[in-house]
Amino acid sequence: MKIVAAIKQVPSRDSLLKVSPSGKWIEEADLSYEINEPDAYALEEALQLKEKLGGEVIAICAGPDRATQTIREALAKGTDRAIHIETSDQTPSDPLALARLLSSALEAEKPDLVLTGLQSDDFGYGQTGVVLAEIMGLPHATIIMNVEPESNGIKVKRELEDGWFQNVWMPLPALLTIQSGATKLRYATLMGIKRAKTKEIRKVQPAAAAQNAAIRLERIYLPEKSRRSQIFDGQPKEAAAQLIEKLRFEARVI
Amino acid sequence: MSGVLAILEQRDGKLHKMALETVAAAQQFGAGLNLPVFAAVPGSKAAAEPLSGYKLDKVHAVEHDLLKDYTPDGYTAALRQLIEQHGPKYVIFPHTYQVRDYAPKLATALGRTLVSDVISHRIDGGALVLVRQLFQGKINADIRFEGDAPHFASVQAGAFRADNLQPGSAPIEVFQPRLEAAQIRTKPLEIFRESQRAVDLGAAEIIVSVGRGIREAENIPLVEKLAAALHAELAASRPICDNGWLPMERQVGSSGQTVAPKLYLAVGISGAIQHLVGMKGSKTIVAINKDPEAPIFEVADYGIVGDLFQVVPAIIEALGK
Ligand SMILES: Cc1cc2nc3c(=O)[nH]c(=O)nc-3n(C[C@H](O)[C@H](O)[C@H](O)COP(=O)(O)OP(=O)(O)OC[C@H]3O[C@@H](n4cnc5c(N)ncnc54)[C@H](O)[C@@H]3O)c2cc1C
Ligand SMILES: Nc1ncnc2c1ncn2[C@@H]1O[C@H](COP(=O)(O)O)[C@@H](O)[C@H]1O
Repeated sequence: MKIVAAIKQVPSRDSLLKVSPSGKWIEEADLSYEINEPDAYALEEALQLKEKLGGEVIAICAGPDRATQTIREALAKGTDRAIHIETSDQTPSDPLALARLLSSALEAEKPDLVLTGLQSDDFGYGQTGVVLAEIMGLPHATIIMNVEPESNGIKVKRELEDGWFQNVWMPLPALLTIQSGATKLRYATLMGIKRAKTKEIRKVQPAAAAQNAAIRLERIYLPEKSRRSQIFDGQPKEAAAQLIEKLRFEARVI
Repeated sequence: MSGVLAILEQRDGKLHKMALETVAAAQQFGAGLNLPVFAAVPGSKAAAEPLSGYKLDKVHAVEHDLLKDYTPDGYTAALRQLIEQHGPKYVIFPHTYQVRDYAPKLATALGRTLVSDVISHRIDGGALVLVRQLFQGKINADIRFEGDAPHFASVQAGAFRADNLQPGSAPIEVFQPRLEAAQIRTKPLEIFRESQRAVDLGAAEIIVSVGRGIREAENIPLVEKLAAALHAELAASRPICDNGWLPMERQVGSSGQTVAPKLYLAVGISGAIQHLVGMKGSKTIVAINKDPEAPIFEVADYGIVGDLFQVVPAIIEALGK
């Protein structure tokens, strides 16, 4: 089975974010980056399916130069090869424009299965996979926790709200958006890291023709605080005593 | 139609709990833009009935045998026909798991981009500006539509209040799309629930809830001690349960339990929307987090900014006094 995993590089989870003076994006200079969390699970699912069924795993990533690091890590974990769409300054902030980039880079591949994360930690659209499926003409399912190959397709376990699930059957080729946490992530081995250096990363230049974007990100900013909370930020002992006092005599909940 | 169309969700003939707030959002957009407001309910006429009591120009009950069970192919094809026939300017959805599954496909099929998970709006120079969150709630973004209608948006749970709904009376009209079984490529199978809910967090008066700030499984006893000192139930954010550090049944949030105790202590939890929807009805909320900008402080009544590994022992000690 030929499986594509879409992976995005995003600022590390505990980053302190500052809006850049232009108000269009964040200050990127001092940030560290990592793979978008659900994408790590999408990649893991791809690698496990390959172990079961044989075939090939291809990672695809649209991002600037620094994304090479994330791509190398994917290769070190066992991904066979990668496609890097080099978006030098900024990756499109419109999921439709981005999915078009991914889809045209995948045109020649004809994958059996495309896996994406269910949501990116930075934009948080929760859309790119579904949009990509529509562009590629593939059936899809979202928020997937488990994939079971069957003789004539796959059976997937979809997460619904409030602790409910649903099984869905679909034919291949198909696209799935993968939920975090369903399996354990592997680490790259030393051998894997060594091998990664020899693996192919196909670089793709995004077509220059700007899409007619359907939405425009006008400005970004820190949310205004509607803070109704009382904050205690003194020494831990002092703060703890203040809190207990408030809980006992103001809120009267303990 | 050329108005604002709210497309709602139902299951087994009952409207989803976000239906009315989505209608409220559509009414607000409609009032601001001076446009009539419509609603549509795919899959069940019975579910559409309660909407006849609100100020809407019309409610479309989108009915077809092939829409009885939800599929992204079926819903997309049916709603595309409704939209093409009636030409709404804005199409508004609740940002539910089902909408996440098909609305981006529907928008793409019509060459548009859905603005997902909107938290508020304003009208600026006669145009709609939508606000959505980036970086799990740490940053906001203003978004405008470009190009031609229809424009698509989904609204976040709790962002628009159903108590602002305008009552009225609306005719219900059946819309029958042309669908064929061969168009529907996926086959929905059984719906089921998994975790045995041995603990009923819903009944707890005090909940101590722990998040990824706890760093590793070995540190869980620290919050267990805090829970014991408060006679509280222990709960967690999703990653803690995913890692198996606490059982799934203790997960609070959109895919776990919804709780509303007297006191909810969030320890090392950032406050992502999927967590907040499960606990923001709590009477008193306390947040302990080292990041003063963490979104959890937005819903907290009391907060301690600091390292939980120092703060939690200090609270346990203070409780003993
Ligand atoms: C479809 C979907 C469904 C989801 N369902 C759920 C759900 O039901 N429930 C749920 O909880 N999540 C759910 N999530 C995940 C959710 O989006 C967040 O990823 C998750 O809630 C984050 O958990 P967290 O706050 O524990 O971790 P993080 O976001 O990593 O936050 C950790 C926090 O700990 C703080 N911290 C770190 N170290 C310390 C320290 N020493 N002292 C004090 N503070 C510290 C950090 O500042 C940070 O704020 C869902 C996501 C999706 C996309
Ligand atoms: N620049 C990118 N490169 C590769 N994959 C991406 C990129 N952006 C988004 N994706 C994929 O699409 C998923 C959903 O992203 P989003 O729609 O932004 O929430 C992510 O989890 C990734 O798998």
